[in-house]
Amino acid sequence: MGIYWKLIWAYLKIGIFGFGGGYAMLSLVERIVVSDNAWISDQMFTDIVAISQMTPGPIGINSATYIGYVAPGSYDPALATPGWGVLGSLLATLAVTVPSFLLVLYCSHFIRRHHESGVIKAIFTGLRPVVVGLIASAAIMLMNAANFNPNGVDSQLWTSVGICVAAFCLVYFPIRLGRKTFKIHPILIIIMAGLTGYLLYGI
Amino acid sequence: MYWKLFSSFFKIGAFTFGGGWAMISIIEREIVDKHHWIEKDDFLDLLAIAQSLPGILAVNIATAVGDKLRGLRGSIVAAAGTILPSFMIILAIAIFLTPDMIKSNRVISAIFMGIRPAVVALIIAPVLTSARAAKLTWKTVWIPLVVALMISLDLGAVSSPILYIVLGGAGGFMVWWLASRGVRRKGRGNTNSEG
Repeated sequence: MGIYWKLIWAYLKIGIFGFGGGYAMLSLVERIVVSDNAWISDQMFTDIVAISQMTPGPIGINSATYIGYVAPGSYDPALATPGWGVLGSLLATLAVTVPSFLLVLYCSHFIRRHHESGVIKAIFTGLRPVVVGLIASAAIMLMNAANFNPNGVDSQLWTSVGICVAAFCLVYFPIRLGRKTFKIHPILIIIMAGLTGYLLYGI
Repeated sequence: MYWKLFSSFFKIGAFTFGGGWAMISIIEREIVDKHHWIEKDDFLDLLAIAQSLPGILAVNIATAVGDKLRGLRGSIVAAAGTILPSFMIILAIAIFLTPDMIKSNRVISAIFMGIRPAVVALIIAPVLTSARAAKLTWKTVWIPLVVALMISLDLGAVSSPILYIVLGGAGGFMVWWLASRGVRRKGRGNTNSEG
């Protein structure tokens, strides 16, 4: 049963300190779930981010649900059944949402009062550069051999770097067609990268 | 009313990809423009509060809207509506697409080998976007650099993201506190009170 308490504690921390949106939250999830507890591998974590991008809903919920499902089984093989997994999912998802749920209900009066004094704005001015660092750390931690070169083949490393650079350009720089500019949706980029992977390694 | 509230947020949860800001504009359209449950000004007020609190923005705003309309029960209904679609979808994926299957199935593993480097790119992009939004100057640009370096070095307690979140918030608070007291110390200052 220990795993469920650990799971709840992990996701309570993620819910309480999850400032700065989904991507900033990823660094917390990666630290607590992958580095500290090793419930999932780096590869699995990256896969969950990919799955979250392709399915509706916030990334915080998606990661809690998926990791909550696999954590009990990876902690103790006897718990690797759908029933124990669903319990983990439920607890992790509740744990990540309950703190902010209670804060919204019972602290909004307090927040509203302090908005005027400027203190909230000041705190967020201090948080904003940290959030940039948090997202960067999540990206840096995922730039590893497990994601770029799992089989230790040089050619695959360069292919992965190529996919990464191409995906970055597509998602970051808007495309100009005549007078219209538009951005390619991340889902489309993941689909294209998956197709590339299939063509290169799957046939 | 509860049912309508639930189904509205369920729809939002089920059809918005990406969470966060993508969801906010759709929530606004549904709640303010379509159902006229809340005035635009009130919605912006709730949004400011939801943003000031930690956690998942879409769930925070759903909770705030539900609370405003129908109190505690309304907030539970709205939050549950937002969470349930992604919970059910991810649960279904987790049951069928297990880590072992990704590893052992040749086609799936090939697809994910292509996807993983692209996911890293999808996280690098918001680093730059948020750096621009944070309006970093030469006086503040060291903060994200130090934070990213310390966390990714994985040195135990000093590499905890929570530590830097607390320091950042405390630093911002210190600056405000000193300024509001009219105490302006020039030159040597607490290293954490920049921000």
